[in-house]
Amino acid sequence: MSSDNRPFVTDDSQVLTDTRDARMTGEDNRFNSKLREAFGSSPFILTKFDKFMNWVRGSSMFMLQFGIACCSIEMMHTYAVKHDLDRFGAGVPRASPRQADVIIVPGTIVSKFAPRMKRVYDQMPEPKFVIGMGSCTISGGPFQEGYNVIKGAEEVIPVDIHVPGCPPRPEALVYGVAKLQERIANGESSPVTVKPYELEQFGDLDRDEIVDQLAQEIDEEDLVMRYNWADSP
Amino acid sequence: MSLEEPEPDVPATVEEQSPDEIAEMLSDHVIGREEHLNAPGYVIRPDAVQDVLSTLKTEAGYDHLSCVTAQEYEDRYESIYHLKKFDDPTQEVSVVVPADRENPVSESADPVFRTADWHEREAYDLVGIEYDDHPDLRRILLPETWQGHPLAADYDQDRPQVVPLRENANPLQEDQRSEQDTDTMFLNIGPHHPATHGVLHLKTTLDGEQVADVESDIGYLHRCEEQICQNGTYRHQIMPYPDRWDYISAGLLNEWAYARAAEDMADIDVPEYAQVIRTMGAELCRIAAHMLAVGTFALDVYGDFTAIFMYAIRDREKAQNILEDLTGQRLMFNYFRLGGVVWDLPEPREEFFEKTRDFLEDLPEALEEYHDLISGNEILQMRTIDTGVLPPEVAKSYGATGPVARGSGIDYDLRRDDPYGYYDELDWDVVTEDGCDNYSRLLVRLREVEESAKIIEQCIDLLEDWPEEDRTIQANVPRTLKPDDDAEIYSAVEGAKGELGIYMRSDGTDKPARFKIRSPCFSNLQTLPEMAEGEYVPDLIAALGSLDIVLGEVDR
Repeated sequence: MSSDNRPFVTDDSQVLTDTRDARMTGEDNRFNSKLREAFGSSPFILTKFDKFMNWVRGSSMFMLQFGIACCSIEMMHTYAVKHDLDRFGAGVPRASPRQADVIIVPGTIVSKFAPRMKRVYDQMPEPKFVIGMGSCTISGGPFQEGYNVIKGAEEVIPVDIHVPGCPPRPEALVYGVAKLQERIANGESSPVTVKPYELEQFGDLDRDEIVDQLAQEIDEEDLVMRYNWADSP
Repeated sequence: MSLEEPEPDVPATVEEQSPDEIAEMLSDHVIGREEHLNAPGYVIRPDAVQDVLSTLKTEAGYDHLSCVTAQEYEDRYESIYHLKKFDDPTQEVSVVVPADRENPVSESADPVFRTADWHEREAYDLVGIEYDDHPDLRRILLPETWQGHPLAADYDQDRPQVVPLRENANPLQEDQRSEQDTDTMFLNIGPHHPATHGVLHLKTTLDGEQVADVESDIGYLHRCEEQICQNGTYRHQIMPYPDRWDYISAGLLNEWAYARAAEDMADIDVPEYAQVIRTMGAELCRIAAHMLAVGTFALDVYGDFTAIFMYAIRDREKAQNILEDLTGQRLMFNYFRLGGVVWDLPEPREEFFEKTRDFLEDLPEALEEYHDLISGNEILQMRTIDTGVLPPEVAKSYGATGPVARGSGIDYDLRRDDPYGYYDELDWDVVTEDGCDNYSRLLVRLREVEESAKIIEQCIDLLEDWPEEDRTIQANVPRTLKPDDDAEIYSAVEGAKGELGIYMRSDGTDKPARFKIRSPCFSNLQTLPEMAEGEYVPDLIAALGSLDIVLGEVDR
């Protein structure tokens, strides 16, 4: 890994001859490749294992094939021809959360879907990263005042990068993914800890008539969750 | 070749009953009359719903229950059944069923129209009217544990919704095999699944490899669109939301649904030039929407991100580029205004025309490619022909519209039958296929793309020659729009998925008192059990793909 981020420039006209020449002379010239040149005279690379792992993680990310709402259409365009997210080493959509590293949350999250999304997130192996796509995952976006709408993805799962827009253009999503890769490679991504966002001991809640009614139905040790996530801690 | 005499052409007119004849027909069930802007309304007794609807269906020919609107007044609840005829959708009737304030119960229409099942469940869920005789009156959009009915007057949005976590326990934790019948297996498909086109949950019971029962569980994308539209002013605040109902690039088609309803309500005339631009934009949207439908259908059947999906996205990108030039946005256009469109075609106009013509020129070749890859492919034909069969009577009973109905041979297209915009001036055909299966629905979409292209081409010709001094893009509309008190309207347009209707009631203010969306996908999705039961699991997936639902519109 060189600190020089200049992309390797391949000169087609020379490669064939140079390689052939190198073979013909029969010498083991370890400087016959650009990569070797970049490493310098030593065939060894000295780096920290953590740093290396971060670089690897950022450079090959499997995305979860996860569509919620409008933004998923633009997400599909980002994966497909023209924008082709795969160019950045992040474009293999996996259908199973167990094979995915990154979940792009593309759309409005409503009360019925939030627990399901949490479960999908929990099924992903660590380390895992979250990209919130669109205004809805930031604050509920244009639907913020709806009775059924969760005010942002962060009420449910931790989010690494927010891409604003309604919906963000594919270019914006590509930029968001690239930024996430950069942060991962630099070891800056948020530590993967899952706060028990929606879990609370029953006793913590304000007592009103509904809670009282529920109190008779469930025992004190039971865990409860709230649907109006805005008030959640 | 048939040796029978060809039947003489039946005249296309459908017998029409005058309002008084209908009142006569319903006799003493009617307790009052109302006048809605689109149709006469008959107030009937809450226990005579089935009688009235079946009379209207069998004797007067009102065979299409388009929508059921529920709302709360200060002194009563009300369900409105919007009826139409498949043969002539301009003939409409509203059946108004009041229900008691304290104990809102009325009779269910489910035995007469199968589509009433879901519509009434939604009315129960959001407004709180109960329906006697309903086979399965549960919540449909909100979680089972929800307390209160959010569109009712006394609903307090700030009250916390608290449920024990076990209500959301993993349904897969227990063995779902039933005690008595060990041959069946319960299978959850969704809400997160690549083949459900969004967040749909299918509760499937399998008998071996065959589907014994399938129940769609919707509401995972219920974004309170109706509430938000009720909180917005007519003039500007509602228009951005229709883009987000059917978000598969069908934005302009949806905007037109709202524009049409509001313009009819407030009596606004749209300049002809704006109508041509609207028509062109809407058909571009239809092409983009059908491209995605075809691409994802191939994805469902072939099972991977294959060439077809990429080709479809490629052609969508072209359509979206043109739309972006026109409207300034790729997906959420917000381009229509009441009384016209927000701005004229982009300058230089020649460039825009040329770009659009290039797109149209390449389209036949692209479609040829699709036919080679999809409809002409033996594997796909084996998978789709004679699977997911939806007979026309069943489709009508469920209120299926759009390509789903036209794939079952129902010749129903609001662009022709209830003309709006510039469609009746142009030369194009309504596409129908008689196969009733997954393959027919696919063919209808591919052929409709050709028809849309024809429409766009004619619009471009018109726009090119339009005299420069006559390019009015917006009518004169007051800054604050306040339609007459208690005006009610239900009007529909042909969206990408079918009949997209809006019901609005004004209360004299600048915001609608009730805003109800009749989504085509909601009705179309109801037909899934009819199509899938008895079929294999992959055919269920193919049937779902051929319905081309978009959850933003199903759940609203």
